[in-house]
Amino acid sequence: MTVNGGAEPDQWVDEQAGSVVRPYLLTRGRARPVAGTFDLISLVTAKRPTAGTSAAGLGPEHQTIIELCQRVQSVAEIAAHLDLPVGTVRVFLGDLVAGDLVRVQQPRIPADPSDDSIFEAIINGLRAL
Amino acid sequence: MDYGHSERPADSAPLPTAVKILVAGGFGVGKTTMVGAVSETRPLRTEEVLTAGGAAVDDLSGVEEKTTTTVAMDFGRITISDDLVLYLFGTPGQDRFWFVWDELTLGALGAVVLADTRRLADCFPSVDYFERRGTPFLVAVNCFEGARRFELDEVKAALNLDPEVPVLLCDARQRSSGKQVLIALLEHAKKLRAQASS
Repeated sequence: MTVNGGAEPDQWVDEQAGSVVRPYLLTRGRARPVAGTFDLISLVTAKRPTAGTSAAGLGPEHQTIIELCQRVQSVAEIAAHLDLPVGTVRVFLGDLVAGDLVRVQQPRIPADPSDDSIFEAIINGLRAL
Repeated sequence: MDYGHSERPADSAPLPTAVKILVAGGFGVGKTTMVGAVSETRPLRTEEVLTAGGAAVDDLSGVEEKTTTTVAMDFGRITISDDLVLYLFGTPGQDRFWFVWDELTLGALGAVVLADTRRLADCFPSVDYFERRGTPFLVAVNCFEGARRFELDEVKAALNLDPEVPVLLCDARQRSSGKQVLIALLEHAKKLRAQASS
C-alpha cells in the first residue's frame, strides 16, 4: 500500500487497525480536509447540479454529496446518508470546497447577549409547527 | 426520501444557518424517542470514528485489536424557516465520550436533560456536565407508564438543582410535549442571557 502526502503517513495504515482503515482508503489516506472547516451542523449547498467534467480526481462519494446537497444539508446529515464517519465526510467536503463545487455556511452562535432574535425565531417557529 | 425543505439557493442568495439543541440523559431514557418525535424526519445516525492517538495497544493476542472507537449520535432536524434550521442531537450516553460532548456543546443554544424517576441518578452526569459548562439546561421528566409520579419539587431537590433550573414533566413520544420542552428551554436560555447582560 502506498500513502501519498500527509504529515503523518503511517497513521492510517497500521496493519492491526483492521477494517477501520477502510473509510480512510476512500479518502486516499487523508485524515483531514484540504480546505474549509466543517462543524456537524455546518450547512452545505451544491453550487452545480453535478460535479461535471471539471471534477478530475473526484470519486463517487463526491458525486453523491453533490446530489444530496441540491438541497441544503448539514455535515451530520451528509454523513448519515452516506453511512460514513463524519471525519471521512469532512475530507470529501474539503475537496469539494477546494474545487469550488459547494458552499458552506458555518453555524450561528448567538454571541451577542442583547440579540435574542434567534431564540424568538425558534420559539415562534416551534409554536407554529 | 425527504432531505428537508430548502431547495438549492442561487449562488448569490444567503444560505440558511443552523443552530442546535442537545438532548442528554441516561441510557434508555428516551433521548432518541424525543428527537424523533419533534423532528421532521426519522432520527438519523451519524458516527465519529475516534482514534486513540499514539496510545500503546494492550496485548490481547488473538483478539482483534482496536485503537479506534466509534461514537454514534442520533439527531433530527426541524426547519424553522427558509434561513434557520434547528438540529437536535442526542448525546452519546457513555461517560467516556465527554470529549464528544465538548464538541457537541460548543455553540449549542441549550440542553434538555431527560430524566426517568425510576433511575434518577442516571441523569446526574448530564446535569453536572451542563452546570460546569454553563450551558443553559432544563430537566424534563419523561413520564413512563407505571413510573411513580414524583412531585417535581422532589426531583429538583433530589438533583440538587439551582432553583432557577426548570423541571417539567414530558412524554418523549409526543410531538406536542417535546415542542413544549424545547420552548421552555429556549425561554429559560433567553432569561439567563438577559440576566448575564444586565
